Amino acid sequence: MHPAYSVIFFTTSSGAGYGLLAWLGVTAAFGLIPLHWAFGFVGLGVALTLVTAGLLSSTFHLGRPERAWRAFSQWRSSWLSREGVMAVLTYIPAGLLGLLWVFTEERGLVFAVLGLVSAVLSVITVYTTGMIYGSLPTIRAWYQPLTAPVYILLALASGGVLFHLLLAAFTQPTWGSVLTGIAAIAVALIAKRSYWSEVDTAAKTYTTEAATGLGKLGKVRPLDPPHSTPNFVMREMGYSVARKHAEKLRGMAIYLAFLMPVVCLALLPLLSPMGAVMVAFIAVACTAAGLFVERWLFFAEAEHVVMVFYGRERA
Amino acid sequence: MTTLPATTGKKLGLVIDLDTCVGCQACATSCKEWNTAGYSAPLSDQDPYGADPHGAWLNRIHSYDVGEGETSRTVHFPRSCLHCETPACVTVCPTGASYKRAEDGIVLVNPDMCIGCKLCSWACPYGAREYDYADGVMKKCTLCVDRIYNEHLPPEDRIPACVRACPTGARHFGDIGDPESDVSKLVAERGGYDLLPEMGYKPVNKYLPPRPRRDATTANPNGKAGVAPPKADGSLTERLFSWADQMLSR
Repeated sequence: MHPAYSVIFFTTSSGAGYGLLAWLGVTAAFGLIPLHWAFGFVGLGVALTLVTAGLLSSTFHLGRPERAWRAFSQWRSSWLSREGVMAVLTYIPAGLLGLLWVFTEERGLVFAVLGLVSAVLSVITVYTTGMIYGSLPTIRAWYQPLTAPVYILLALASGGVLFHLLLAAFTQPTWGSVLTGIAAIAVALIAKRSYWSEVDTAAKTYTTEAATGLGKLGKVRPLDPPHSTPNFVMREMGYSVARKHAEKLRGMAIYLAFLMPVVCLALLPLLSPMGAVMVAFIAVACTAAGLFVERWLFFAEAEHVVMVFYGRERA
Repeated sequence: MTTLPATTGKKLGLVIDLDTCVGCQACATSCKEWNTAGYSAPLSDQDPYGADPHGAWLNRIHSYDVGEGETSRTVHFPRSCLHCETPACVTVCPTGASYKRAEDGIVLVNPDMCIGCKLCSWACPYGAREYDYADGVMKKCTLCVDRIYNEHLPPEDRIPACVRACPTGARHFGDIGDPESDVSKLVAERGGYDLLPEMGYKPVNKYLPPRPRRDATTANPNGKAGVAPPKADGSLTERLFSWADQMLSR
């Protein structure tokens, strides 16, 4: 599948934003983090900025972005529509949480409930993003039970790294939070590796013979293409530039998005406040770069069944 | 609405005969000509006279080489929207621009509501939907909805443009949901089949398989390849020609 940069930025940026929102919501609800207004202002500000930037970016790949509002209407059947609805719904508790946190001294039950609701809605929103891809039987790599969970786990892992940059900036990260962050990254890595292993080992049962129904007459080979240069279907669905570098790119993604952040987080409780901020910032930069590679591969490695009409033997 | 109708009054669709299709592309060009001015207008082209010409077409004709050696053959394979009974391209649409008509089962895109997110093209295993790079919306076969009910056209023209254009009668249009219709009888008689039925979208359009080949193995019931040459009768002329043949062959 053609990797659209606007969609890569959207899924990684809003994923990290929702992940951070989930971390902030839960930890704020239980009073595990500084509840000073400035922490809430910066924390929720970063989370909602990432979310909003991602959502806006997602409209850039539309042919008619001015009609994007129509995408809220078909939540009964469409995961893309559900995602739009959930994204907007999540702003409500997150915004109210921000108002209480920044402008009031209220830190009681209402505050806690808003924090938890924000976290739950964040996870659901990322789930709907994952299901846009996970619900397409035409793309074998995506049509597997791990697609949506991996989206959630990567959002929580990258949100956790961001969360620790905030902690480093405002207070000293504790071993408890650092280990939780490392655990989130580790679980995400295990899930992503299972996803890749499924992509590599799944049987490719769709053949040109099966798709054309001509298999009983023998082997089917393309003779004349329907058009002399690639059409939309081939441009969108036939992207295959990355595959020969997939192994290297996967390694790069693992190194940047998983190993580097784990090492950085483990150092945080040992460092001076200034050092901790710098190391946490490195962790965030590595995560961003690693997830960009991971997400690019997510699209580039996905093969669409329609390509068997165009000469790919299996999909 | 992108939720699907429980049933449709009719199941209008095409039956495509892979035996008689000659791959002339008349259906594709006729489709483009009609639809660039019809319901889906425009069907834009990009870089039409340059190095990388491409554009939105609703009908694509592949040619395949099928089988091995003596028994191999060329099969031309038109590919367009199959107007599935349970089309995923409709249910994934976030805006309601894609819909399946309850009255006749035609799958359409409302070009005024489409946001061009292209998700429908990802959901379709048949590559039936193409993005119009100039118009910013998705285009697909409309089954010539603006012809088949058009009372301004003579009755013989109230069929899809591709069917009207086909010089070999390889394309048939009708109600595949009605077992008594001509197309349904044709499907039953010739063993018409669905494309990728395992995907579960229940295509309405059917494909008729190529008929068995009449070649050396099928044309001769005795199983002998070719036709035996006439036997020599041993006459004087015959011997003369035989001698001449030998002399000239030296």
